[in-house]
Amino acid sequence: MTTRAMLAAAGAALIDEQRDLGEAELRGLAALPVDSVPALASLAHEVRLARCGPEVEIEGILSAKTGGCPEDCHFCSQSSKFESVVRPTPYLNIREIVKAAQETAELGASEFCIVMALRGPDDRVIDNVIEATAAVRRETGLNVAASLGILDRDQAKRLAEGGVHRYNHNLETARSFFPRIVTTHTWEERFDTCALVREVGMELCCGALLGMGESDDQRIELLLQLRDVTPAEVPLNFLNPRPGTPLGARPLVEPIEALRWIALFRLALPEVILRYAGGREVTLRELQALGMTAGINALIVGNYLTTLGRRPEQDIQMLADLKMPIGVLSKVI
Amino acid sequence: MAYCDGCGAPLEDCDGTCRGELDPPRFCRECGRKLDVQVTPTGYRAGCRRHPPVAPTGEPKL
Repeated sequence: MTTRAMLAAAGAALIDEQRDLGEAELRGLAALPVDSVPALASLAHEVRLARCGPEVEIEGILSAKTGGCPEDCHFCSQSSKFESVVRPTPYLNIREIVKAAQETAELGASEFCIVMALRGPDDRVIDNVIEATAAVRRETGLNVAASLGILDRDQAKRLAEGGVHRYNHNLETARSFFPRIVTTHTWEERFDTCALVREVGMELCCGALLGMGESDDQRIELLLQLRDVTPAEVPLNFLNPRPGTPLGARPLVEPIEALRWIALFRLALPEVILRYAGGREVTLRELQALGMTAGINALIVGNYLTTLGRRPEQDIQMLADLKMPIGVLSKVI
Repeated sequence: MAYCDGCGAPLEDCDGTCRGELDPPRFCRECGRKLDVQVTPTGYRAGCRRHPPVAPTGEPKL
């Protein structure tokens, strides 16, 4: 089948028939020659508009407990297992969290995520996050998400009842590749927390990190596994190799390949909130706007957990230039 | 002696490529110790336990 025929068939499936692409179709699109990537991106943009609408959701994130994590995620500078430049810092208090949320609100965001470097929370952390969630809601009106690691059912229920509307827990990579990246917990533990999040009524934010050495086949495997956890949102990260971590010397994903996989994520997950996340600045460099026309419909603005992002005004201007309205995207509220 | 704020090495031993454009400072320029760094959505705070805080430009805050 020609490239044009493959793209036409995928477009008909996703827009006219409203059916998901199968594994073989996704593998075929992933194997298209590099000069077909702009056409693939164009299809992904068309699918995003047809299935999600034109709005773009903006989010700010905050590391409310940095470093000292007992897990060994090989990409992460916050693991205590590696000699990283990140020095562990104490939990932020509620006043500091609210101040960061106010910074986020001033950027035009609708979403604020409280992130802690933990294997999982204890009761004290849950109490504090619930209190912070109420304070952020009251002071800023932002929707509050949290990312606190592995949850049990009671913790998930308490967070949901405490007003956390979305919970982030990334699969990061394919099940078959995960043991190469993390040895202190299993892919299945992550999957189970993702299932719990949905069962208790929170939206699931479940992301991916590309560029860790996984194969194209494993990226397709991940896409199918992401479908299984039914996320409302998928933040798409590209590895920004961190000094001192086992992946510190890995090369960046090439910009054109990043665009290919942004498009494939949209085509595989046509209705998710697909968010530009960490590593986009160093990976895509001056091609940021092309990701927005390759299927992305949400972004983290400003800084990340331990690294800086580009200036928020640049992203706001980019959206204005693209005539993309800023809005609130949600599958529950 | 002055130290690189990206890697903590003495300044004369670092070629300056250790700190990426989007990395906050991680080491005190005055003593080379690791900084306490808190990144926020629109900025960061970086402080040495023995020296004055570092301003977001990377220069010591006066």
